[in-house]
Amino acid sequence: MAEGGRTGGVAPLLERLGGAVTARIWRLGFASRFFGYMLLHSGTALRRFQLTIREIYFAGVQSLIIILVSGLFVGMVLGLQGYDTLQRYGSSEALGILVALSLVRELGPVVAGLLFASRAGSAITAEIGLMKATEQIAAMEMMAVDPIARVVAPRFWAGVISMPLLAAMFSAMGIFGGYLVGVKLIGVDEGAFWSQMQASVDVREDILNGVIKSIVFGVAVTWIAVFEGYDAQPTAEGVSSATTRTVVTSSLAILALDFVLTALMFTGGNAR
Amino acid sequence: MNRATIDVWVGVFVAAGFAGLLFLALKVGNLASFSTSQTYQVQAKFANIGGLKIRAPVKSAGVVVGRVSEVRFDNESYEAIVTFNLDTRFQFPRDTAAKILTSGLLGEQYVGLEAGGDGVMLKQGDRLRLTQSAVVLENLISQFLFSKAAEDKDAKDKK
Amino acid sequence: MTDSAAVEIERLSFGYDSGRPVLHDISLAMPRGKVIGIMGQSGCGKTTLLRIIGGARQPDSGTARVLGTLVNGLDGDALYALRRKMGMLFQFGALFTDMSVYDNVAFPLREHTDLPDELIRDLVLMKLEAVGLRGASRLTPAELSGGMARRVALARAIALDPQLILYDEPFTALDPISFAIIARLIRRLNDALGATSVIVSHDVKECLDIVDYMVFMTAGRIVAEGAPEAMRGSSEPFVSQFVHGQSDGPIPFHYPAPAYGDDLAVGAAHG
Repeated sequence: MAEGGRTGGVAPLLERLGGAVTARIWRLGFASRFFGYMLLHSGTALRRFQLTIREIYFAGVQSLIIILVSGLFVGMVLGLQGYDTLQRYGSSEALGILVALSLVRELGPVVAGLLFASRAGSAITAEIGLMKATEQIAAMEMMAVDPIARVVAPRFWAGVISMPLLAAMFSAMGIFGGYLVGVKLIGVDEGAFWSQMQASVDVREDILNGVIKSIVFGVAVTWIAVFEGYDAQPTAEGVSSATTRTVVTSSLAILALDFVLTALMFTGGNAR
Repeated sequence: MNRATIDVWVGVFVAAGFAGLLFLALKVGNLASFSTSQTYQVQAKFANIGGLKIRAPVKSAGVVVGRVSEVRFDNESYEAIVTFNLDTRFQFPRDTAAKILTSGLLGEQYVGLEAGGDGVMLKQGDRLRLTQSAVVLENLISQFLFSKAAEDKDAKDKK
Repeated sequence: MTDSAAVEIERLSFGYDSGRPVLHDISLAMPRGKVIGIMGQSGCGKTTLLRIIGGARQPDSGTARVLGTLVNGLDGDALYALRRKMGMLFQFGALFTDMSVYDNVAFPLREHTDLPDELIRDLVLMKLEAVGLRGASRLTPAELSGGMARRVALARAIALDPQLILYDEPFTALDPISFAIIARLIRRLNDALGATSVIVSHDVKECLDIVDYMVFMTAGRIVAEGAPEAMRGSSEPFVSQFVHGQSDGPIPFHYPAPAYGDDLAVGAAHG
């Protein structure tokens, strides 16, 4: 290291860059193989569904409060801000459309996904990482039980099942929040609020696409979470840095995937 | 935490999730109102469709009676051909006129139908003959500016 | 003796990376029904040896034959089949923290058998009784002391009546009483099950009391082996340093370093 610095020049810098890129790609490949192996060994998680139900409790039910409360507040803020903007153009009845479309298409899946990553994703990583650090994973292997089938796969499927349900509850709660502020507090006409919303929100185009987004985010977040946990250094520092990596990586993954999915879903139909 | 408690909570969770989805589909979206009913297709030619999009509503007397299903360009007449699906519950005379209108000043564009007086009703595949294109804001503004300039000129002349 | 050995290791070498070998050319036979102790300092490769026996690591060269099966090159299913005949006690027990004591011991039974719940219950209580903790079956691992956790883990390791039990540092961080309990349990369970036990440890004096055969390792090589009495009286310098706990001997007190004077630059300052 010190020698490299002394010689200077471009070569060591390039070498380090190359090394970093190779390491990343290697890790991505490793994560993909892990993903494939996990899918192949999901039999236990689905056959003994009680294992997955238990994890739905930890991933889904325990995220319920934060999702519902955040959804309500996000919807209420949308109601206030949306009204403020729309009434300048004299179209405050369009508030329902604004609230519903922003929630169903974007904020529902994305914000619920970010909350899910930091609430459930980090917990999954920490739990698996801790099981590794305390040799519970190794003990399971020595008992001839595949830890990927027994520990990882149920958590993965629980996350994939919970995420779209949480996103739907987030959106529903947000629309309710927008309704509270827009109709009950500010006094937008209730009929206009709902009917304009219903006229412009399409079940397939908007709601189904939102659900698809949330399923994709669920897969991404839980995959990252279980992989980081399983791949964590088996020490206290290793587990804590893996937990941080889970939150950072899955948040970035959600935002990047959201862009890609939005580009695929919502421009095609409207531009032509 | 024993198994029965977990099962109950997960049951509540899944039920609430599906309730949320159902709320979105029925109350927020338009699943209940349209997709199940029978429709027939009608076409219309417009010189300019403005910002009309696929799935924009088709309204008559303010009531949604159908949706735009296709917009394409006709290479021979250099006009736009708009196809819409109308609900079979609503029947219109053959000489019905179609207009492209805007809801509110900057709202979405939709197709407005004005029923004519013909005794024969529209059927699958018919084409509407009377159409009125979208109002393009730029044209409107330039018209306004011209007339304003003309007024100003008149006023000056009077002085 | 060789044909009835539970574990046979021949000319085995291993390194985590090619430049840093951990085990050099080890040959060892562990007869069935005995308790074998593998002693050595931390980092001498004894835990690695245990991992190779358990099939968690593949040797670079040489062979390891466990319960008549060659473990190198063994693939997933065959390895799992072999592991069902083994039990392992980890350094700190490695109990599943999200399950009760009862569920921990029942875990291998539920995963590997289709026994009805009542039968599993009887088996679990029998195993817990064997380690004296039948009364603690409802507790969670967090409520157990270190020694009790170790005993529960032992009950879990013997749940499927293994033919070979591996102990990875079973005495680490135990008080003298728990220490004596675990040591006695290891001996008693081995004889009751007719199994073979391999203990990796550095608590020489206590191990000498319970083992039938003792192996001393340093820097990845076997330096001495034999019955405990022979080891106590051994004149081999490493063994006597280890058994009597002397700070300096063949294992030097100093980590290898350049000459003290050179490192402090005493000569250079004057020059």
